[in-house]
Amino acid sequence: MNRVAVKGLLFRRGRTILTAIAIVLGVAMVSGTFVLTDTITKAFNGIFTSAYSDTSAVISGKSIVSESAGNVTVPESLLAEVRKLSSVHSAAGAIFDISGNSDKAQLIGSDGKTISSGGAPTFGWGFDAKDTRFNPLTLTAGRWATDDDQVVIDKGVADKEGFGVGDEVGVSAIGPTRKFTISGIAKFGSVDSLGGATVAIFTVPEAQRLVGKEGRFDVIFAAASPSASAKQVVDQIRPLLPAETQVRTGSAEAQENSKDVDSFLQIIRYFLLAFAGIAVLVGAFVTFNTISITVAQRIREFATLRSLGASRRQVLRSVLIEGFCIGVLASVVGLFGGLALAKGLEAVFNALGLTLPTAGLVFASRTVIVSFVLGIGVTTVASLVPALRATRIPPVAAMREGATLPPSRISRRRGPVVAVVLLLGAAMLAYGSFGNLDTLPSIELIGAGCLAMFVGVGLGAAKAVQPLAAAVGAPARRFGGEAGRLASENATRNPVRTARTAAALMIGLALVTVVATLGAGLRNSDREALDSSVDSDYVVTSKNGFEPFPAAAGAALPGSPGVGLVSNVRSDQAKIFGNESIVNGVAPSFGRVFNLNWSQGSDAVLARLGQHGAVVEEGFAEDNELRPGSSFSLRTASGQLVRLRVLGIQAPSEVQKIDPLVGKVLISEAAFDRSFPRPSNIYTFVDARGGETGAHTAALERTLSAFPDAVVYTKAGWIDKRASGVDELLNLFYVLLALSVVVSLFGMVNTLVLSVFERTREIGMLRAVGMTRRQVRRMIRQESVITALIGAGLGLPLGIFLAAVFTQALSDSGIGFSLPIGSLIAFTIVAILAGILAAVLPARRAARLDVLKALHYE
Amino acid sequence: MNDATQPSVEATDVTRRYGEDGTAVDALRGVSLELEPGSLTAIMGPSGSGKSTLMHILAGLDRPTAGTVSLAGTEITALGDNELTKLRRDHIGFVFQFFNLLPMLTAEENILLPQAIAGEKPDRAWLEELMGRVGLEERRGHRPAELSGGQQQRVAIARALVSRPTVMFADEPTGNLDSASSAEILELLRQAVDAYGQTTLMVTHDANAAAIAGRVYFLADGRIVRDLANPSVADIVAATQDLAGR
Repeated sequence: MNRVAVKGLLFRRGRTILTAIAIVLGVAMVSGTFVLTDTITKAFNGIFTSAYSDTSAVISGKSIVSESAGNVTVPESLLAEVRKLSSVHSAAGAIFDISGNSDKAQLIGSDGKTISSGGAPTFGWGFDAKDTRFNPLTLTAGRWATDDDQVVIDKGVADKEGFGVGDEVGVSAIGPTRKFTISGIAKFGSVDSLGGATVAIFTVPEAQRLVGKEGRFDVIFAAASPSASAKQVVDQIRPLLPAETQVRTGSAEAQENSKDVDSFLQIIRYFLLAFAGIAVLVGAFVTFNTISITVAQRIREFATLRSLGASRRQVLRSVLIEGFCIGVLASVVGLFGGLALAKGLEAVFNALGLTLPTAGLVFASRTVIVSFVLGIGVTTVASLVPALRATRIPPVAAMREGATLPPSRISRRRGPVVAVVLLLGAAMLAYGSFGNLDTLPSIELIGAGCLAMFVGVGLGAAKAVQPLAAAVGAPARRFGGEAGRLASENATRNPVRTARTAAALMIGLALVTVVATLGAGLRNSDREALDSSVDSDYVVTSKNGFEPFPAAAGAALPGSPGVGLVSNVRSDQAKIFGNESIVNGVAPSFGRVFNLNWSQGSDAVLARLGQHGAVVEEGFAEDNELRPGSSFSLRTASGQLVRLRVLGIQAPSEVQKIDPLVGKVLISEAAFDRSFPRPSNIYTFVDARGGETGAHTAALERTLSAFPDAVVYTKAGWIDKRASGVDELLNLFYVLLALSVVVSLFGMVNTLVLSVFERTREIGMLRAVGMTRRQVRRMIRQESVITALIGAGLGLPLGIFLAAVFTQALSDSGIGFSLPIGSLIAFTIVAILAGILAAVLPARRAARLDVLKALHYE
Repeated sequence: MNDATQPSVEATDVTRRYGEDGTAVDALRGVSLELEPGSLTAIMGPSGSGKSTLMHILAGLDRPTAGTVSLAGTEITALGDNELTKLRRDHIGFVFQFFNLLPMLTAEENILLPQAIAGEKPDRAWLEELMGRVGLEERRGHRPAELSGGQQQRVAIARALVSRPTVMFADEPTGNLDSASSAEILELLRQAVDAYGQTTLMVTHDANAAAIAGRVYFLADGRIVRDLANPSVADIVAATQDLAGR
């Protein structure tokens, strides 16, 4: 009996494969995510392990704040002391901050532009050419830098930019661009580059000058003498350590570095898995629908089995076995499809500038297990409801022509069930959005709420099929002739089936609509926020706009012709009241280029800040019970304690909250430069005499040409650039959600193929009475488009509704609601194209039916 | 197992009413009959006469509103689904108008299906005997789509006989066949009775089919209105016309 089920699947090979594909894509996404992140983890672990393989101990600054240009460094003088230790064979100091925040050195390509890929780090390191055992890179050509005008670059960037040994390359660190000669090319262990990061290695003194760490090292490496252990070295070093520094064994340091990468990859993993989960959900919907249809089409077969003595349990088992087998097939294909998809995901990240290092693809047993459990679990669960319905087919149906499935329990009580599911979904959404929960439970609750909404709308959609089909089918009926009229009627013939098919597409379309609507809200609100905050003719920022750029660039601006006012905004992270916060250093003129919304004080305060005055943000003041006159202190990344007194309180307006531009604490530029090592600007606001003109813009650009990472924008240009920053994120979401739409596309193909199969005799009759092949194709295609548009008709409003809820929930952060009309039109067109595409195969099949055979088809 | 004198099937005063009070339809109004072991019985009657309902009730596929049915000595009208499933496995074989072969199985696999479902070991000698009887030794590996209608129905008959049921029910076995194939199938049904003593009940409105039966019951409006023993085709046609003319 079980063999019968398997033979049936093999007999209906095409349908089995089509059904499996819906799950394959989701499983492939899961498997691909694991493969990709495992591979990157392995690549990094390999790099770190080999980097510290010859190192017994590493002395470095403690991490006080996570991201800062002002990290704790180690004094050069310590090196001599370490070298004197009995357990130490050799030691060397280096400029080597693996976080990349404090030693940036951008390489300038032959086109004069900085080489960078998105937010990837641009390392500027210094290693001693005489003692290379501590250098994590190995040369592939040339020699290590021994002169101060020499540099070694990584093989990845050398290959990409066509650099070779002996070539000149520009380098821009905290000062103006300078030329260096490439003395060598190097790589990390087995990988040519660290993802999209660029690496430039100088002599130690040159690196110290370039990144502003004269007399300091980021790390001191020590190797044990043959008789000593790494632990002995660490123990001997420990008493020598200055404040805020630490010593670890080489292997502990490698583990520590891996841990940082792991936590970053964990985020990427969950992010991708969330989208994989959506694709699997849509796949489950499609599988459920397909198996339901095939069960309905095989009523006589199940009834025959029953009349031949099969028990209900055997019928149940045979349908579940079908689901199970489809799951096994889908899991195997999905698992290996994941390998291909890992490559694809890598390409997506590459295109978005998030290049990640990879080595040989890693295929962990966890990947295999998860893929199988998921694929088989989902299909088996999806076949449960159809299996239960199949058990209720009476044996007597074997003798009746045109027997139909007994109505399911749900369909008899569909109204109340739909209402309960929708209410439950709405309740979860509301509580998740407005219940003041922590981030994670709130996201989980919102996710569950969305899921319930999708299921509820999907179940209730059968009721909406008739009116929706009447609306979206109007053009087909009007312009499609008889084929169009029949298509419109076919779409409503089995509303439950059409509704389920459309519901799968609905999920993907609803989610892209949510993304597009929130994106539009974010973009428009951001524009408003920026426009109302900034009051200068020009804004200078780093290339990506979110990272600091050298303060020297800002310092060069007052010399530019036509410049009236230059107001720098310094920025760094500091620890305040136990939390990391952004601190800005501002000039007395800041109030003239930036609209601070004072609740205590006025722009005049900015000129009186001195060494200890601070302006704090209102919410921050409330949280920490600060009033004008209150004292507090902050700790910089280098460990320095700064005492401050509140002189003013500023309260960002509702709309400014979405993009506040400045941090919780503002101090004077002078105080900032005294307290924070290696200060850099986040913005420099510039007013020109006579306002913004082409000549002024050109002059500013000329002045900044020595600082390739500093870019001058007109105010309007800057607003455009910054507000559209969200677009890249939107595109990433679209690409990842496209997978779900593709899954639902296969669902549409499935349904149409099965409908054509079911209507074989009818189509034969239509052909016999004179319908042309072209008309048959058109009829199927239009039915498909109508189904797709029903999906859009459900998905777009649902997406807009969800986006409105989220916008409301996020209203505290200043995001407003705006309808992305253009995107909505685009999604509708996508739905139409999906409908046309889904119909290609079924329409061809229908058109090719042999009229005579079709008429005698039973 | 069964007493030789005990009827294979015995129905007593069976009535069947469909629907609720106002719109109720009486499909059967008090039918009693017995099928002797080794007998071939036909039920005839116009559409709506209740002949299909009668067969369904006798085979345990439908329940009477009143009256009793015993099959192989068991009162079946109150059995639950599991017991009915068991009854079908052990005592009932079906032959359908549209053959109802499973398209993915070969002829031989289709014939062995009831035993596969019951989890029994196939009786190879009996299978070979049946294969020879239905004349499909050469085509045992073919799927239904590769067989003619007559051949498919022969496979279906072998399938019904494979578990040596107490009764074989045949629902319009020639209803979907041309006359030459019909004749072959009728011959085969007759042989099953003669060679194996297979008790058979056939529902048909084909006089030629009914003529192979030892007894023919005529149903009209849910009642047995006439029964003929060993009738010729002419007798049956006459009776049919007579009943239609009343």
